[in-house]
Amino acid sequence: MAVEGIGARALRKEDKRFITGKGRYTDDIVAPGMGYAAFVRSPHAHARIKSIDTGAASVMPGVDAVLTGDQLVGDGIGNIICGWMIHSKDGSPMKMGGWRALEPEVVRHVGQAVAVVVADTLAQARDAADAVVVDYEELPSVTNAVAALGPDAPQIHPEAEGNLIFDWEIGDEAAVNAAFENAAHVTRMNIENNRVVPNPMEPRAALADYNSAEEHFTLYTTSQNPHVARLVLSAFYNIAPEHKLRVIAPDVGGGFGAKIYIYPEEMVCLWASKRVNRPVKWACDRTEAFLTDAHGRDHQSEAELALDSDNKIIGLRVKTVANLGAYMSLFSSSVPTYLYATLLSGQYNIPAIHANVKAVYTNTTPVDAYRGAGRPEATFLIERMMETAAREVGLSPAEFRRRNFVRSFPHQTPVIMCYDAGDYDATLDAAMSAADYDGFAARKAEAASRGKLRGIGISCYIEACGIAPSAAVGSLGAGVGLWESAEVRVNPVGTIEILTGSHSHGQGHETTFSQLICERFGLDSDSVSIVHGDTDKVQFGMGTYGSRSGAVGMSAIVKALDKVEAKAKKIAAHLMEAAEGDIQIEGGELKVAGTDKKLSFTEVALAAYTAHNLPEGMEPGLKEGAFYDPTNFTFPAGTYVCEVEIDPETGKTEIVNFVAADDFGKIINPMIVEGQVHGGLTQGIGQALLESVTYGENGQLLTATYMDYAMPRADDVPSFNLSTHETLCPGNPLGIKGCGEAGAIGSPPAIINAITDAIGNNDLTMPAKPEKVWALYQSSMKQAAE
Amino acid sequence: MYETTYHRAGSAADAARMIAESEDGKFLGGGQTLLPTMKQRLAAPSDLVDVTKIADMKGIREEGGQIVIGAATAHAEVAASAVIKSRLPGLATLAGGIGDPAVRHMGTIGGSIANNDPAADYPAALVGLGASVTTSKRTLSAEDFFTGMFDTALDDDEVVVSVSFPVAEKTAYAKYPNPASRYAMAGVFVARHGDGSVRVAVTGAGQSGVFRAEDMEAALAANWSPDAVAGISVDSGGMLHDVHGSAHYRANLVTVMAKRAVAAAG
Repeated sequence: MAVEGIGARALRKEDKRFITGKGRYTDDIVAPGMGYAAFVRSPHAHARIKSIDTGAASVMPGVDAVLTGDQLVGDGIGNIICGWMIHSKDGSPMKMGGWRALEPEVVRHVGQAVAVVVADTLAQARDAADAVVVDYEELPSVTNAVAALGPDAPQIHPEAEGNLIFDWEIGDEAAVNAAFENAAHVTRMNIENNRVVPNPMEPRAALADYNSAEEHFTLYTTSQNPHVARLVLSAFYNIAPEHKLRVIAPDVGGGFGAKIYIYPEEMVCLWASKRVNRPVKWACDRTEAFLTDAHGRDHQSEAELALDSDNKIIGLRVKTVANLGAYMSLFSSSVPTYLYATLLSGQYNIPAIHANVKAVYTNTTPVDAYRGAGRPEATFLIERMMETAAREVGLSPAEFRRRNFVRSFPHQTPVIMCYDAGDYDATLDAAMSAADYDGFAARKAEAASRGKLRGIGISCYIEACGIAPSAAVGSLGAGVGLWESAEVRVNPVGTIEILTGSHSHGQGHETTFSQLICERFGLDSDSVSIVHGDTDKVQFGMGTYGSRSGAVGMSAIVKALDKVEAKAKKIAAHLMEAAEGDIQIEGGELKVAGTDKKLSFTEVALAAYTAHNLPEGMEPGLKEGAFYDPTNFTFPAGTYVCEVEIDPETGKTEIVNFVAADDFGKIINPMIVEGQVHGGLTQGIGQALLESVTYGENGQLLTATYMDYAMPRADDVPSFNLSTHETLCPGNPLGIKGCGEAGAIGSPPAIINAITDAIGNNDLTMPAKPEKVWALYQSSMKQAAE
Repeated sequence: MYETTYHRAGSAADAARMIAESEDGKFLGGGQTLLPTMKQRLAAPSDLVDVTKIADMKGIREEGGQIVIGAATAHAEVAASAVIKSRLPGLATLAGGIGDPAVRHMGTIGGSIANNDPAADYPAALVGLGASVTTSKRTLSAEDFFTGMFDTALDDDEVVVSVSFPVAEKTAYAKYPNPASRYAMAGVFVARHGDGSVRVAVTGAGQSGVFRAEDMEAALAANWSPDAVAGISVDSGGMLHDVHGSAHYRANLVTVMAKRAVAAAG
């Protein structure tokens, strides 16, 4: 391997392992004597459990135990928690219903676990699970959040009257009211953000191994944040104190948010492993994943945008109902509040914003952060409003946006966020040019000659990443700090291990984090390894989500590298009898400036460990750790332009061009960044065109397999046209903003703006399924004819 | 998946005997529907009798004005066959658009028609071309063979041996795939025979599986052009309706696909 530093398109070090089948995922791991868990799940959306008969199941071949919620509660296992406190506008704390890992009394969504079987084989466990007889008294259910607030809706949790979890607000309502009174034009829309299922390629899995002699647990699990998992399992669920619980997240095949949270299944595996005194493995099948992985989005909003006579925005009013599902998942309360409404200002100078968010229980799978988490909902809302307002006032969508862009930084929005740096004109100009926006009319005419409807749409997104300054999020209700830690271990032979609290589950950290060391010391990437995902190896870490591993995780590494570099220079200066300030590091060597004196990095490392000749008072060794707490969020931003062709006879949308011009700050590896954007855009396209979570009237999830739930495939996406435009983030040492979520955040409004442009009908909801588009176009034609 | 016993049959007679002797056996004709169903524990046959290794049930030959396809012939082989591409190009297109490459290399024509999924592609070709199905017991016309959704005239111990397609003058297949499963939401096979007769067979859209669109057939017999069918709609009363599309939308797709199939046939 070569010395590939910051900015190099280094090939991914981890790929050889993954593409040759040598990855080691949780379900690949075998513990001697392990049994298999199978869960008994509710077939009802809402029902009272009258009885659970485990008699027949417990005497079936190979069965160790059939365990229920009564036993779980009896053993003192705690309820599943939500780790972010939100207060309603009246000051009252959010109303959290109890969530038990195995429910003994009332099930509240289809797929909720009520019992678990542990047996010698998976087939035996499943057979026995089928033989557990649960007598349910079915109760009325509700899956739509607005309906759940209605007077006739069934009561889901006794703690949350009328199913209202909180009624929260942000911004200055009086200022917004005043703005609307003075408005020259008001644009009003009802905007839905459709629920989606994350669908990481690797379903969730857990292997829990209890050692009764040491009273120690090891949990292998599909986690984006193993330390957070250990903390929550210890502090709230009474599984074991932290020093008696090791959590390992080995290779993990995608997360997208769904693997942040602590779910019932891994808790039950830990508890069951102690109960049956053998290791217990569980691996989710795809339909279980549809039913139990935390879903994303599911907002219904009313939005109003007030403009003055110059078409400048003077106010934004938003009322959102957020569906949190049947239980409050770990960070569910933060998503429709501080990760959503704080981004409603978009890239625009909006003097007054007020948002009211009602979070609601329904009889559906819990909803939590999914790639973008709140920011896609905000971006979809503001960018649909911007496009619509531009059409209404007769300005080009680009001109209307330009007229309202933020141009001076720092910019304090009326909704907490303070944008630190950006150049929104630059990304808009780049995108317009790459999309040949000016040539669109000719392309539309050419498409019409082929019987196709062509449309173009813009989205100028902004998001908040680098999550997050600990004191700031603490003041907003977070139960944890959101710093990151790193340790740089230089071995005596000069190779380096980086221990990081970030977790890689597709992001390519083994490559990009190594590039930092290559850049700093001029070392070959083969001499660096990245260690992550094991609470026994890495001291602590907050994990990977919210596009934070670059901005926060790498910043911690940089801080640790600074310390290593300083110590290495001291040693080199001492050995070469030079001034510390004259030591320069270049090409894997420490040199004395202006002389031919030099030592290899290996020689200095060895000197640190032999400790035969160190500066007076210096400790041996070359190993340093650091914690990095961000000073602000980071603000990636950009412009996406989508061009579509629609078949008017079927309503099918083809994305014929998609341009993304992004500002991610400093880029470590452009190839990996492009991969992140491709993946994000594809998920955004999935949400905008294909992914349709459908609950039946009785709360059954009708789209719980790939036969019914359409995921985007290669032929659903175009060859993307990408570019990046760097303004450095002033808040962290490398100037990184983050790139993991942008594609999923920015793309849906661009797509829907393009389709509505093509069909001349703005009433389109996501996903823009062909039948909907066809029917809207038919009705536009009919209206035009009349 | 529940436990099952796998058998490999050496001949159609052998297969029929194995099924008759089993408690609750099923023929395995490629397994592209049956195996996923078993993995989901929605089917639990005691025995699987694999008929895809029977030598005289494999391959494609032209015989007396007919193209005969052995029941154990994989979709990929049909799609790539030079004789089918030249004699029945619509059939080659259809086979090349079933599922994905893995499905096309495992799934067989016999397995597909014996399952008679209402959204499967092959039934449209069989009915559209007026094919006949030869089984271990008899020969049936395609229309007699397909008796309803997931239902055929086959006895429990009767195995499909081959399908014979009359060579037509013009053939084409146009399909609107379900975006999730990529099964047909509406698949229309059109064929014009040397005597001027026309058949239009529709799969994916009808509640009872494949059906002929007779109004379209008459219109096309009089005027073989896309315009001839553009104004003809099928009755949405008999159409499937589910989370993927209403009956009304499916009826529209039938007309659009019919038009496109005629255009493709030239």
